[in-house]
Amino acid sequence: MSEHKQHISTYKSQILVLLSLIVLTVLTVTITSVHLGAFNTAAAMLIASVKAAIVLLYFMHLKFDEKIYRFMVTLVLAIYAVVIIITFFDYLYR
Amino acid sequence: MTGNSTTHREPSYLDYQGKYTGIRAWILSTDHKRIALLYMYSQIFFFLAGLVMGLFMKLELIAPGPQLMEAQTYNALFTVHGLTMIFLFIIPGLAASFGNFMIPIMIGAKDVAFPKLNLFSWYLFILGAVIILIGVFSGDGPPDTGWTFYAPYSLKTNTNVVLSVFGAFVLGFSSILTGLNFIVTIHQMRAPGMGFFRMPLFIWSLYGTAWIQLLATPVVGITFLMVVADRMLDIGFFDPAKGGDPVLYQHLFWIYSHPAVYIMILPAMGAITEIITTFSHRTVFGYKAIAMSSLAIAFVGYLVWGHHMFTSGMSETARLVFSFLTFLVAIPSAIKVFNWTATMYKGSISLEPPFWWAMAFIFIFMIGGLTGLVLGSVSTDIHVHDTMFVVAHFHYIVFGGAGIAFFAALHYWYPKMFGKMYNKKVANRALLMLFIGFNTLYLPMFFLGYMGMPRRYYDYLPQFANLNLLSTVGSWIMATALIIVIVNLLRAKKGTPEEMDDPWGGRTLEWKIQSPPSLENFEEIPVVEHEPYELTSK
Repeated sequence: MSEHKQHISTYKSQILVLLSLIVLTVLTVTITSVHLGAFNTAAAMLIASVKAAIVLLYFMHLKFDEKIYRFMVTLVLAIYAVVIIITFFDYLYR
Repeated sequence: MTGNSTTHREPSYLDYQGKYTGIRAWILSTDHKRIALLYMYSQIFFFLAGLVMGLFMKLELIAPGPQLMEAQTYNALFTVHGLTMIFLFIIPGLAASFGNFMIPIMIGAKDVAFPKLNLFSWYLFILGAVIILIGVFSGDGPPDTGWTFYAPYSLKTNTNVVLSVFGAFVLGFSSILTGLNFIVTIHQMRAPGMGFFRMPLFIWSLYGTAWIQLLATPVVGITFLMVVADRMLDIGFFDPAKGGDPVLYQHLFWIYSHPAVYIMILPAMGAITEIITTFSHRTVFGYKAIAMSSLAIAFVGYLVWGHHMFTSGMSETARLVFSFLTFLVAIPSAIKVFNWTATMYKGSISLEPPFWWAMAFIFIFMIGGLTGLVLGSVSTDIHVHDTMFVVAHFHYIVFGGAGIAFFAALHYWYPKMFGKMYNKKVANRALLMLFIGFNTLYLPMFFLGYMGMPRRYYDYLPQFANLNLLSTVGSWIMATALIIVIVNLLRAKKGTPEEMDDPWGGRTLEWKIQSPPSLENFEEIPVVEHEPYELTSK
């Protein structure tokens, strides 16, 4: 196995990530008071996905890793997205 | 391929004495082959336990009216039979035993990527089994929900559901870690020259399976914890009285449990591909099509769970979408069957026991597959839903498919694993008996279901008596055949070792090393220069 370069994140980027996660958490709570019907769930899941993506990319260094891993994670998330969308074929049309 | 030699023989993994001796040399060994055997012995033990429960159920159904037990005992029996057979035998299935044994050898490696994690997975497997067992024999009695733990009944019943659900949760972790280990092993540890498209097709099927294990199992893990939370903390995820939704339970359960069917059947298909190619003495027909069909089954298998829920109160749109997607799975499955047939065409077929087992698999699996289309279509499913038809279909796929492939793989790789040969005549006769017993047991259930006999009842109307009697007789024939199969293999194990490096004329890497393999499989890592099934590569 070839050694690949270790990426060291700066304090600035870590703090920016932390702040964006806090802002998005506040947004998740706030949006529950806005009446969007079925889209409330969609909005909550969208925000959660953005948060997960930030954690994956920066805290877990996916952004600086090999392309194959980014491809794998994207594929996995796409499968989960499709699974959730299909589930909503039941809830939205019931 | 180069770099292998069987002239100089190393001590085999069975004889090797490391730091520990006796039982500790097994339960503390991180050798993938010993772990594979630990899985295999545990699985066969659980299979026999499940078989005994099944025999008692069939005995109860021999005639209308109570015969041996009351309704509650029968409910507990089919639940524990299902839990044992599904979670302790067929989900670990061929992957945990033959996958563990063969992956490193077939890709030219000395072990899996994480040997300690591999052993830990087996510990979790046993721990999960023990928790389920405690649940069966303690508290308010064994669960009576069926292996599916459907809410809201699983939230209301007074039986010991929490421990069984938690046991299944722990087993899930074993499955996830095994899947992770296999993915990393296949990506990182292939021998020089072995590109992805030079891997044997058994490895491709295990690769697809490992992804399902890794991605689908966490969903059911969380779902089981939600059931525990509902029962212990009264949260109400699945309780309509508290704003919850019982259909949500079914969605979450089947999002895992349908792909789980492919966890069972994909490695089975991989093993059958190896057997047919070896005994046809031909290059496999449509290598890439078979490899890709494994991934296609794994992928499409994620999207079809709703066909278990056509009568659950799901929306009309969802039912149509799931029905359409279900029919798509038939395409990659058919690709495999057609390619197996094409591989045999004009082949120089040797009629050895593993080949007969593979033929039995195809015949039975085809019946299971075609009756699956009846269940995948909304209109016909409504007629036979929750009837004995479903029980028959399920057993044709899971036992007739994955279970028979397990024994096919055992007969195929037995000489490699133990360096000995079983009595082939006995093996063939036992298979014939098993084939007759299997069909006598399960075929009548299709008719019973079509006639309207519901499943999971310990009693039935008099018009179902004759077919039920026939089915019970079938269970005796099948059980006798299974005992003969196992005794034949056990007797062979006591026999004297023979020169068994390649008794079938196999062409993949495992047939180029000594039998039983040495601790590190290869004296030096081989260099792969050919496609996996090329006749010239021998």
